[in-house]
Amino acid sequence: MSAGEPDRSPVTNADVCVVGAGPAGALVADRLAADHEVVVLDAGPRFDPADRLARQERAIRPSYDRPDVWDVGGERDAHANSGERVYPLNHARVKGVGGSTLHWQGMVMRLHEDDFNSETERGVGADWPIDYADLRPYYAAAERELGVAGASDNPYAPPREEPHPMPAFEPSYSDSLFAEACEELGIDMHSVPNARNSEAYDGRSACVGYGTCQPVCPAGAKYDATVHIERAEEQGATVIDCAAVGRLEHDADRVTAAAYATPDGEEHRQTADAFVVACGGVETPRLLLLSESDRYPDGLANSSGTVGKFFMDHLFAGVGGTLDEPTRQNHVGFYTSACDQFYDEADESVGPFKLEFFNYAGPSPVEQALTGDDWGDALLDRLRDGYGTHVAMGGLVEQLPRADSYVGLDPDRTDDRGNPVPEIHWSVGDRALRTIERANEVQRSVLEALGADIEWVAGPDATGPAYHHMGTTRMSADPDAGVVDADCRTHDLDNCWIASSAVFPTSGAMNPTLTIAALALRAADDVRERLTHTL
Amino acid sequence: MELTRRDAAAALAAVGATGGVAVAVRRVTDGADDGRGATDATDGDEGEAPPSEATVRGSMAAVAAVLYPSEVEGVEAFVDRFLDGRLDGSAHAEGVRTAVGELDDAARSWYDAPVAALSESERDRLLREVGADVADEDPEGTLAERVRYYVVNELLLALYASPTGGELVGLENPQGHPGGTESYRRGPR
Ligand SMILES: Cc1cc2nc3c(=O)[nH]c(=O)nc-3n(C[C@H](O)[C@H](O)[C@H](O)COP(=O)(O)OP(=O)(O)OC[C@H]3O[C@@H](n4cnc5c(N)ncnc54)[C@H](O)[C@@H]3O)c2cc1C
Ligand code: SF4
Repeated sequence: MSAGEPDRSPVTNADVCVVGAGPAGALVADRLAADHEVVVLDAGPRFDPADRLARQERAIRPSYDRPDVWDVGGERDAHANSGERVYPLNHARVKGVGGSTLHWQGMVMRLHEDDFNSETERGVGADWPIDYADLRPYYAAAERELGVAGASDNPYAPPREEPHPMPAFEPSYSDSLFAEACEELGIDMHSVPNARNSEAYDGRSACVGYGTCQPVCPAGAKYDATVHIERAEEQGATVIDCAAVGRLEHDADRVTAAAYATPDGEEHRQTADAFVVACGGVETPRLLLLSESDRYPDGLANSSGTVGKFFMDHLFAGVGGTLDEPTRQNHVGFYTSACDQFYDEADESVGPFKLEFFNYAGPSPVEQALTGDDWGDALLDRLRDGYGTHVAMGGLVEQLPRADSYVGLDPDRTDDRGNPVPEIHWSVGDRALRTIERANEVQRSVLEALGADIEWVAGPDATGPAYHHMGTTRMSADPDAGVVDADCRTHDLDNCWIASSAVFPTSGAMNPTLTIAALALRAADDVRERLTHTL
Repeated sequence: MELTRRDAAAALAAVGATGGVAVAVRRVTDGADDGRGATDATDGDEGEAPPSEATVRGSMAAVAAVLYPSEVEGVEAFVDRFLDGRLDGSAHAEGVRTAVGELDDAARSWYDAPVAALSESERDRLLREVGADVADEDPEGTLAERVRYYVVNELLLALYASPTGGELVGLENPQGHPGGTESYRRGPR
């Protein structure tokens, strides 16, 4: 250990080792830390909260790319792309204590009931081995944990038993413009749940309107997983940063140790009674594949052959333009109204999709001011021309699980630790593309009713991923068809759980993290139960 | 439109001091005069030696007068307050100091006077001759790219992340400014 460096040696007598300090791992650690010796290992650093403003400056300044804001990239995060579409993986994750929630937008919806029964209800995809009803109490618990501002005005949302922990954010001025157009078309608008404080909550400040929520909230009003990491530590958990796990050591039916390397070049082994892998939807299957052995030649926990398969993301659909009146955009960095009316029309040929009414359409004047060869009055004229009348709608559509969309290992390239990098092979399929077209149709009709000049359309050719990595260690009651069971425990190994959207058999079109959180809480209960009785 | 002390505090709250956020916020909200000498833009630094803090402040204010639209008033005091938080001994502060020093060197060799002593139109020409108008900002780049990063964009960021700067454009709660959760709901005035 060099001077000033924290002690990164393993914890003796650990009951639970959690790999990954994003929301999934953090929630599990917090849930178990009071009664168990818990250690959390994360590949990335512990970021200094005092640097958040400097990171915000990076988000605004043109010389930094989005991955630079949270120091993503370089050899540690090298990866390969081999699919029909390039997947910009390093825009889609953060490594470090807090995980990708440091960068996230914080929109948190529950999946709909049919999302759990896609094959039965829609004729495509795979049914989950659990139903909405199984997850419902955990959804409520997850909303309390993250701190969700929401209202019960959404007639299309699945049934809920109690109000959200905080009132919803009020609709924006531009929402009121959209509302007139939507009323004319018979389209319903409603509030949208935000993991963002509409009032002080859980010792964290109310939103103060910085407007840079994605990629950094300097106020701490947007939930991120450092909240649960800190809480777990207060209860005695140990969190070791810069500790990339390269291999899960195991025998036939148990994981025995997580082997990790630290920045000083040392290799360590963390033993524990139970292991929870929570490395996100790409690094989780990668770690299992890296942990292959004579017993598990195709990768750990991969008797089903599905580790890494069925990689999914949500696809973006959007339409934007300008009005001939002010629209007051870019005051805050989140949206306040949505439309789930079309979601459950999904069938075999068109998937579920949700619609969003943006509060941040058009360029941000601050960012525009930093590019261009003008200044003084000429710059101000340009900024005034560029700002003020933009409107836009976005939306997410479901991508089905497909065998030809997967995460594998690239045998030709290694990371900073000498481990093969993840290979992303992303294929989205025709149903997703048709769904984008359908979403565009509705979006276009709204903007036309609003009298907008349409200036851009993110359709099937211009779509991109929403940075939700799902499906790569799918859940199934059948050990031959999936990696984990209904409690997120691997079929192959008695003491190993996966907390991640990697377990989603079908994804729906809702942002995944509330469901990740609900599943993590549910998995933690199973870990506790088994630690007490069987492990 | 008058730039106020609140604007400078807001600009700092937006982009932060570079190395020590807490320090900057305290210094600005206290309004404490932290004992640095009076600002004298032409205090006689010559050539190579790193410019004094007073020179940096004077040169930055002089450049801001060119970069900021003519309807803005109170530029010098605003820049001075902003720099209270930014010239904090960090690597970024060092970058600002060095870039200003090099800009002053260029001014001396081409115009025989430091930036602060040039007329506004000469300052405008100097910035363009250095190439800061067409350069993409880069903290480790060429002189043009560094002047763009540490001088031009530093000052534009300060203005347009402040409420008065935002209001000039029609957005009183610009990105980077914690302007609350009322303004997004209000209609145009
Ligand atoms: C720009 C952006 C916007 C988003 N917006 C939303 C949104 O509005 N709503 C929503 O629901 N979701 C959103 N998401 C997705 C959301 O951030 C993720 O779903 C969520 O963070 C996943 O949680 P996780 O804990 O499973 O993984 P992560 O948060 O990715 O955390 C995984 C952690 O594991 C660590 N790790 C990885 N490999 C190893 C290893 N081998 N050893 C040790 N540690 C390892 C990583 O360092 C990381 O810290 C967004 C994501 C991005 C990038
Ligand atoms: S607008 Fe976003 S960044 Fe600003 S305080 Fe609210 S949540 Fe945080």
